[in-house]
Amino acid sequence: MSTPTLAVWKFASCDGCQLTVLDCEDELLAIAKALDIRMFLEAGPEEVLDHYDISLVEGSVTTAHDAERIVDIRARSGALVTIGACATTGGVQALRNGADVADYCRSVYARPDWIETLATSTPIADHVTVDYELHGCPISKHELLGTITALLAGRRTPVTRHSVCIECKQLGNPCVLVAHGTACLGPVTHGGCHALCPSFDRGCFGCFGPSESANVDGLRVALHAGGTTDPVLVRMLRTFTTSAPAFHDAAERYDTAQRDDTAQRDGSAVADASGAHRP
Amino acid sequence: MTDNPTANPTGHDTESVTVGASLDAAPNRSFQVEALTRVEGEGGLIVEVHDGEVRDVRLRIFEPPRFFEAFLRGRAFTEPPDITARICGICPVAYQMSACQALEAACGVTLDEPLRDLRHLLYCGEWIESHVLHVHLLHAPDFLGYPSGIAMAADHFAEVDRGLQLKLIGNRIVEVVGGRAVHPINVKVGGFFKAPSLAAMRELAADLRQATEWADEIARWVATLPMPEHQLPPGTQLVALRHPTEYPMLGDRLVSTGGLDIAPDQYLQHFAEEHVQHSTALHGKMLSGGDYLVGPLARFVHNADHLAPRAKALAAELGLTTAERNPFRSILVRAIETLHACEVAQRIVDGYTPPARAAVPVQPRAGVGCGWSEAPRGLLWHRYELAADGTIVSAQIVPPTSQNQGAIEHDLADLIGHSLHLDDAALEALCEQAVRNYDPCISCATHFLDMRVVRT
Repeated sequence: MSTPTLAVWKFASCDGCQLTVLDCEDELLAIAKALDIRMFLEAGPEEVLDHYDISLVEGSVTTAHDAERIVDIRARSGALVTIGACATTGGVQALRNGADVADYCRSVYARPDWIETLATSTPIADHVTVDYELHGCPISKHELLGTITALLAGRRTPVTRHSVCIECKQLGNPCVLVAHGTACLGPVTHGGCHALCPSFDRGCFGCFGPSESANVDGLRVALHAGGTTDPVLVRMLRTFTTSAPAFHDAAERYDTAQRDDTAQRDGSAVADASGAHRP
Repeated sequence: MTDNPTANPTGHDTESVTVGASLDAAPNRSFQVEALTRVEGEGGLIVEVHDGEVRDVRLRIFEPPRFFEAFLRGRAFTEPPDITARICGICPVAYQMSACQALEAACGVTLDEPLRDLRHLLYCGEWIESHVLHVHLLHAPDFLGYPSGIAMAADHFAEVDRGLQLKLIGNRIVEVVGGRAVHPINVKVGGFFKAPSLAAMRELAADLRQATEWADEIARWVATLPMPEHQLPPGTQLVALRHPTEYPMLGDRLVSTGGLDIAPDQYLQHFAEEHVQHSTALHGKMLSGGDYLVGPLARFVHNADHLAPRAKALAAELGLTTAERNPFRSILVRAIETLHACEVAQRIVDGYTPPARAAVPVQPRAGVGCGWSEAPRGLLWHRYELAADGTIVSAQIVPPTSQNQGAIEHDLADLIGHSLHLDDAALEALCEQAVRNYDPCISCATHFLDMRVVRT
């Protein structure tokens, strides 16, 4: 049997997830023997083939050209694996979604008319069928190696199904939220990082995106009790996986509620000043 | 091919160019290279040669814009270390360091000395892993005639493996101090979330003794690589940070071969970014006119006196002097800087006792703060304007590769002008090798390279 071929593709991203492939120092030369790496611009190989057995796709779709390119890559790929928060959710650059992108262009570039970009940053799965997703900003090296090994062996890929919160319990970490009131997205965030941030006395900021059936409303109650306000929670949800539906929808609701509250408060402040009673 | 035979899945522009009727000896000719590989991020190079003269060299950067400076507006002053790290997965620590220093300047905060030492150590880790990756997997293959580091490993397994092992130690430093190798999570404005344990630092100390020996061997190996003869165009200024006692990672002044000596908040009085049509990266330029270059060669020329002892002695033994202007020798400077970083890391780790506090408290205030540091590929400047509650009003980030873009274009024009006797394939290979002298980081610069030479 011939050696399976691998391609690594880049869309809008920081290169950090493909660097994770090169960061497999102990395993890289072994991977290079088990896989025929034919397309990986950052490392050198650049061969356009009709078919690659495995395609790793990094980054999100932010240009019309890239929206066409991913369809072509899908057609050339056996297993298509998206790697990282950009490819799986649109990434931090999805903070443009819903914003005034023309204003964004003007604020960064002297000649916005030379810039070609879409108004949105979207995950790969919005454009083509994705076979496997690896979460994280960046992905975990262990999950990447586990997935490649499973694909080569023809067995099921290991997928983390629990939240960061479970990983903290497994490690015996004291809960940063309960013990210190630290704002933490661990209960609603996809595991796989081995509860990295709480292990460093910091709250999880959700870089692996929402876990399955994430109960953000429940977490919100606990965060309020610990002194975290909605504006802080909304900002946390709107960072590296801002367009992931569970985070996006919750942030929209809290943001709207908070704006209504502010409007009401401002209204009653005016009423107070006029001598009227609060309802 | 698939149903779309014209699509190029690399994403590089494939518009056709006029191919001259004759090649090689003819004064008018054209050729193209679709994708410049072994650079971080994606971009291209267009070269136009007319009547045997180089008319134009344009670095094309087609990383799609991600608008970091726009969406930083309205965020909290505590967020740029995490958010700007995502500009570049290769040098996130550089973004974190420049961001922290700018925000601490805005808030009037000075770091405790032991915390600054930990930052210096974290930065040593990033320099080691970034430099070693570039030297072994991205650049050395050019000097030895291989298409990639992995292909080179088939004949030079021991050298590539030694490089990967040293890179692993660089990563380990970033993991111990920063939590993970890509996008560290332990950095905050004011210091760290948690100081590393003594036990973890003792393990690093043992690793670093081996790392220093490997770095010494690697620099000696790099010095044996066949080295093209070439000099930077005479007008190119070399710009780097300068510190009273240290080889700068976290320098405090910026100096140039033109006599500039300025503080971070004076940067915009001397440098500007210009938007050019062929690139989503903004071109850096000196307001006094002329190109400037940041990065290892510039750092070495300004700071060789502050190298750690073994690095300083080895640089002298291998014939590197502050008169060095051959950009191809940047690979040797990177190897010397790697040895330096190993020595500095060893000193910090050996002298480590857990600090009294992991961070100094930071209270936001209205105002402007500028900060800079030396990313592996050169100067990285940040500026933030804060509201009284710490909300970011505006953000500006000038990465190393956009500063170098103009100087790279002119250096290549000069190199190509002297190399027109080469056939197209050899000229392309030389240009790609020359671009990699600058270790361009295109993800950072989007605000970079397939190559196309048009000879008419």
